Amino acid sequence: MSYETIEFSISEGVAVLTLNRPESLNSFNAQMHTEVRSALKEVKKDSSVRCLLLTGNGRGFCAGQDLGDRNVAPGTAAPNLGESIEKNYSPMLRTIRSLEMPVICAVNGVAAGAGANIAFACDIVLAAKSASFIQAFCKIGLIPDCGGTWTLPRLVGPARAMALSLLGDKISAEQAEQWGMIWKSIENESLKTEAMAMAQHFASQPTKGLALIKRAIQASANNTFDEQLDLERDLQTLAGRTDDYREGVAAFIGKRKPAFKGQ
Amino acid sequence: MHNYQDILVDEVQSGVLTIRLNRPEAHNALRTQLLKELADVLDKATNDNGIKTVVITGSDTVFAAGADIKEMASLDAVGVMNDPRPTYWRRIALFPKPIIAAVNGFALGGGCELVMHCDIVIAGDNALFGQPEINLGIIPGAGGTQRLIRTIGKSMAMQLVLSGEFISASQAQSLGLISEVTIPERSLERATELARKIATKPPIAVRLAKESLLKAYETTLESGLNLERKSFTLLAATQDRNEGIAAFMEKRKPNFTGK
Repeated sequence: MSYETIEFSISEGVAVLTLNRPESLNSFNAQMHTEVRSALKEVKKDSSVRCLLLTGNGRGFCAGQDLGDRNVAPGTAAPNLGESIEKNYSPMLRTIRSLEMPVICAVNGVAAGAGANIAFACDIVLAAKSASFIQAFCKIGLIPDCGGTWTLPRLVGPARAMALSLLGDKISAEQAEQWGMIWKSIENESLKTEAMAMAQHFASQPTKGLALIKRAIQASANNTFDEQLDLERDLQTLAGRTDDYREGVAAFIGKRKPAFKGQ
Repeated sequence: MHNYQDILVDEVQSGVLTIRLNRPEAHNALRTQLLKELADVLDKATNDNGIKTVVITGSDTVFAAGADIKEMASLDAVGVMNDPRPTYWRRIALFPKPIIAAVNGFALGGGCELVMHCDIVIAGDNALFGQPEINLGIIPGAGGTQRLIRTIGKSMAMQLVLSGEFISASQAQSLGLISEVTIPERSLERATELARKIATKPPIAVRLAKESLLKAYETTLESGLNLERKSFTLLAATQDRNEGIAAFMEKRKPNFTGK
């Protein structure tokens, strides 16, 4: 299908989803939700895809929800924001986290509100030096959504998560890197090439094994140490049955480069 | 083994008989034929000394999604009254050896009731349990209202049966409907592991333990305790009890013979 508010392509194992409403800092409106949903569905369905790269066009990554899209004129009924989360954001976040492949987010500029928390839900976040992250919600009487109240304390600890969410201060990409909120901050002009290189690297890696790693690390948030040991046993059992494991061991013993198929 | 239409029956391995519900085109809906086959295969297993425990499973995505609605729709009140299905359910309920269920995906309506006919339930974390009969203007008809309330209590049983809502594997575990949650790829393996372990235990003790446990659902504490004590006494007359105690005292592995 053709898209207007995003750009989407699949090539050599890499799916690239670019938010594309640069005039409004790629903020989400109804159409963009529909298009992102449809693109993520393609990523899930297409077994050739082994990495998803999420980024934005223009000077921003994503400014969250387009507030112009919301009717809050005086005298009108209060909008049901929970409904929009239930219908649009939560399914998107659940899909991103459950994709059985690495998801890279290349944050090319400001990531505010939902935009910041969508980035934090991805597996690896790269950010341009000029990018910034803002939990803007507190400034308009709202709470961080898109998993923000879950991911933030896990990324930076409760003290910083609380202050970030209550004050809504802007955090630079370098600060975010220092705090461990993201993987790396990168010179603006190299962001897209570095992100693409990483995506292409993942497209040649044992995808199934990487998906199991992702699953294990995600599950650890709700598991005890004992439960996690059991889970590691189970997932290692599965990993040991993959073709890529055989290939990896054979290549290691044969002192050659492995040719992983992602299966 | 025999050829069945609606189920696959594996070769007995290490005392374990594995039965797979196999109507993929109908999400393993429990039509009469399937129930009959299940009752038949369990009847045969009752008298087969090589079979110590049974594992029942479905597919990766569905255990059993309910009864066969088309079949049900064709029956009027007299037809329902003469329906042979309750007798098949009863034969399943009376099976004296342990049944362990490995549940992935949907276990709804009759599927959930079949889960409750099993003694131990291991479920993949993708499993969903529910009694959606109310949505069709009917109610659970194979023990759903009775076993559910005894297993998970009144409030939750009411919620499930009256609303038709589903619960997840982890909810089902915390409510006591099932005993363990695994990743979906391991549920059958884990159920089989347990079945094999139980298959190495003294069969008469296993059988009397199951009978005694199930009695707790349907009798007073006093008569339940009586039955337990009589079974306990009966076991004193078995060779396996002498062997079990002797092996324990001599610090060796017991060799049970089922006598």
